[in-house]
Amino acid sequence: MGIRERLSGNEAAAIAMKQINPDVVAAFPITPSTEIPQYFSTFVSNGSVDTEFVAVESEHSAMSACIGAQAAGGRAMTATSANGLSFMWEMIYIASSLRLPIVMTLVNRAVSGPLNIHNDHSDAMGVRDAGWIMLFSENNQEAYDNLIMAHRIAEHKDVLTPLMVCQDGFITSHSIENIELIEDDKVKEFVGTYRPEHYLLNEKEPIAVGPLDLQAYLFEHKRQQAQGMINAKQVILDVSKEFEAMTGRKYSFFEEYQLEDAEIAIVCMNSTAGTTKAVVDQLRANGVKAGLLKLRMFRPFPAEEIAKALSGLKAVAVLDKADSLNAAGGALFTDITSAMYTNSNVVPMVNYIYGIGGRDTKTDDIESVYHDLEKIVTTGKIDNPYRYMGLRG
Amino acid sequence: MAECKINKDTPWQEMTEGGTIYQAGNALEFKTGDWRSAKPVFLSEKCKQCGLCFPVCPEDSIPVTKEGLREDFNYDYCKGCGVCAKACPFGAIEMKEEGVE
Repeated sequence: MGIRERLSGNEAAAIAMKQINPDVVAAFPITPSTEIPQYFSTFVSNGSVDTEFVAVESEHSAMSACIGAQAAGGRAMTATSANGLSFMWEMIYIASSLRLPIVMTLVNRAVSGPLNIHNDHSDAMGVRDAGWIMLFSENNQEAYDNLIMAHRIAEHKDVLTPLMVCQDGFITSHSIENIELIEDDKVKEFVGTYRPEHYLLNEKEPIAVGPLDLQAYLFEHKRQQAQGMINAKQVILDVSKEFEAMTGRKYSFFEEYQLEDAEIAIVCMNSTAGTTKAVVDQLRANGVKAGLLKLRMFRPFPAEEIAKALSGLKAVAVLDKADSLNAAGGALFTDITSAMYTNSNVVPMVNYIYGIGGRDTKTDDIESVYHDLEKIVTTGKIDNPYRYMGLRG
Repeated sequence: MAECKINKDTPWQEMTEGGTIYQAGNALEFKTGDWRSAKPVFLSEKCKQCGLCFPVCPEDSIPVTKEGLREDFNYDYCKGCGVCAKACPFGAIEMKEEGVE
């Protein structure tokens, strides 16, 4: 069962796309996601896929072409990073508000400036309110698995929301690790055929997509989007259950690593979770009750479930790989503390902004956070919740 | 063509997803003639039926017969842009202030 391979995160994403065989891929290159449309274009040219590959002149056009193709009735996919995402920003909102289940890989890279091509989560955080489902991936296996599950989630009639699968630029995208791929025919059966109810290329029902929507109507359409996102929570659980039956790999809203009896814990996303697991193992061997909550589903945000999972802890550090520059704390920190508050859970929490612009995050850094948490537990004091890790000065 | 049932009292659950309109040609229900501040008046006696006015109308508000002869304005949609008056070489279209008889 399964095909053992060794692939980079980008290769894994391109192979997932090959197996999905979308109708259209419209993409523009940007480091570190370039390899995804690059490898995919090889599949196009050697006939491994039936996809119409549109080599557009900008990321704005990439998303526009995907929107046109999806509205027409086809499956459209793309990939980008950082300023490429910035360039397509207005179209990101169009995709979600027109309820088009486009699937995109976002290879996380710092949004300039000054110019930096390395990993952080500032690109993803810039679109966190745009109404896309956002799944984060610790490694190449998760990046691949999330893409295989993506269409079943996004295209569900109660969801109809575009979906982006995030993976860390260079750290995951360019690192070769072991991976277990699913057989082509199994992927084809799992992903299924796209059957939109309304689409432009339907001669039996002429439609208009994206009309003028003035004061009397936009609010209600936004409420529909909100419902799609709310419904996505259960759909993600259901699709993950089905995926587990096919592969044996279990997915949920988040992974609780050694969290059950933990006293101190870190919350983080993507590759840093892997580093943190190594530190947790080491601390546990030394009798420290450390744990990790690795968030997979960032949007929709599982507020109630996270609050419950963190409720028994004595101190928590939320690691944000992007600064919201709001003089208060990062995006994940504000989402989590607000979830704790609305669910009446009081757990001491601190925020660490880290890894900006590809700043390396070592096990020593993570270990120092756990030591800070131990100090918070013993002193009962948090002098400043908005902190930095790995910063000089 | 069936009138659209969605209006300013429709709750969100009964509106179409993403505002997509499941029919063709319902722009006809939106009477943009309401927007006019200047109104074109057709002086048919000066009209030579040269056919220069109706192709430039952005609202397709100058009806044309099968034989290619223009008729009086369709004021339901005419927004009063005045391009037709500018295009007419014979002064057969005069722009007057809307609402003033």
